[in-house]
Amino acid sequence: MTPEARTSPGRRIAPRGHRSAWLRLLVSHVLLVLVALLFAAPLVYAFATSLKPQNEVFTVPPTLVGSEVRWDNYVEAFRFAPFGRYFLNSFVVAISGTAVVVIASSLSGFAFARLRFRGRELLFVLFLGTLMVPQEVLIVPMYWLMQTLGWVNSYQALILPWAFTAFGTFLLRQFFLTVPAELVDAARVDGAGPFTVFFRVMLPLSRPALAVLAMFTFIAYWGSFLWPLIVIDTIDVKGTVPLGLSSFMSQQGTQWHLMMAAAILAMVPSALLVVLLQKNLVRGLLTTGFGGR
Amino acid sequence: MIGLALFTLFPTVMALVMSLFNWPVFGNRTFHGLDNYTRLLGDPVFRQVVLNTCLFVLLYIPLNLVVSLGLAAWVSPQIKGRQVFRILFFIPVMTPVVANAVVWRVMYQTGGLLDSLSQSVLGSPAPNFVGSSATAMLAIVAMSVWQGFGYNFLVFSTAIDQVPRELLEAAAIDGASGSQRFWRVTLPMITPSIFFATTLTLITSFQVFAQPFLLTKGGPGNATATMVLFVYNEGWRFLHMGLAAAAGWVLFVIIMVITAIQFLGQKRWVHYDT
Repeated sequence: MTPEARTSPGRRIAPRGHRSAWLRLLVSHVLLVLVALLFAAPLVYAFATSLKPQNEVFTVPPTLVGSEVRWDNYVEAFRFAPFGRYFLNSFVVAISGTAVVVIASSLSGFAFARLRFRGRELLFVLFLGTLMVPQEVLIVPMYWLMQTLGWVNSYQALILPWAFTAFGTFLLRQFFLTVPAELVDAARVDGAGPFTVFFRVMLPLSRPALAVLAMFTFIAYWGSFLWPLIVIDTIDVKGTVPLGLSSFMSQQGTQWHLMMAAAILAMVPSALLVVLLQKNLVRGLLTTGFGGR
Repeated sequence: MIGLALFTLFPTVMALVMSLFNWPVFGNRTFHGLDNYTRLLGDPVFRQVVLNTCLFVLLYIPLNLVVSLGLAAWVSPQIKGRQVFRILFFIPVMTPVVANAVVWRVMYQTGGLLDSLSQSVLGSPAPNFVGSSATAMLAIVAMSVWQGFGYNFLVFSTAIDQVPRELLEAAAIDGASGSQRFWRVTLPMITPSIFFATTLTLITSFQVFAQPFLLTKGGPGNATATMVLFVYNEGWRFLHMGLAAAAGWVLFVIIMVITAIQFLGQKRWVHYDT
């Protein structure tokens, strides 16, 4: 982009005159804010409901604020169902799962990008092929594998089975390939072995890619539903947040206000990550070629 | 490496093997050849879930693409605070699908937001969205679009940013109107992104599970039961592992065929010159 274009985009793109262009832009903004409000309505409604007394959840016409603002609902939700346990489980599973994924895929991504060994290309193609196999095909044999290992209803069953996907490896391999070869060669000349190159050159340079991978992984673990639903039997002990929410909905179906409180809390970590990593999000989409163009 | 072999390659092969057996969770398994597949093809419930899944995809994909592309074109670089829109639209993509579904469950509930709005504005109660077969699938699609379009929005939005400004300016100088610039310059330039987004959205939408599971339990009847819901029910409610594995394979083959068609067709409309 030229500096000139950046300073006067409005006039450059709409040569028909200042006033009408300005007006159209204003209308555009107002309409967009309306769209955004409409889009956010379910979230606002959920939050509003989570603060209402139970008997005011279903009112005609809908109200934003009930007769009182009950922050107590958030405490009560934790008394009504073991949400403390669910959140603890979810954090343990998501954090350790993310660690495993980042370590495993950076190591294998490095191997595919920079190490030379026999059958590398073939192995990589095989690796990519597994990206296409949907989880639904794998859950049946995976469950059988868990039975055989005696892992049904265990934390490792929640963490390990999906930690070795090709997605992370592919993402980091593509990123490692963009690191200039001269940099690696220079390090080698200085006497660095593959591990030094990996830890001192590659990893520090690929922080944005690692951040994106870690974020996507954490969020995937945090929201994962189908697999925990299958592999966890004692929800009150080993259940994650989505499982807890789902069982809360089927068992305490009338406690809408508490359900909304729990749903809002379940959304907070994911939403926070999106906001925190916003710049890396876009950069990650671009640098890794996942932005398409 | 070993992890991948153990947890991905091995299960894929095992899925194929299991689909050929009568494989109860407990007890003896027996080799059945292609019996599971012939049983599936003769099963009216399975036929219905395949049709339901296709209906979902047919409704969901165009809506998702139109909404995300339309909004991405609208939230152009001239719009202030577009980063806010990007983040806002992206939030439901990332929040747990169960939490999103629970929220929409309450909205669809009799007395919930939509019913209550309809009563106070139109004076008549809203239909029972998730309880009637006419609207249940639409309710699931609406919730899914709300939840999912933010990803494609971000993809398209970043792609539009990368369209060279000189091209658009040249078109403007040649007298092209705003809509002409979009249809003739921007859109062809971002076809690789559209291809990417369509392919990915197709693959993931065939795997829809949590929305029907939580909003309608596949009902009323089997009106909103999808293929993955079928896999889950067969495998973990009726304990027919072999049948579940076979159904998973049928789903995989459908996805593969459609992806292959996509890739073969891309030459016709995707421009890779930059």
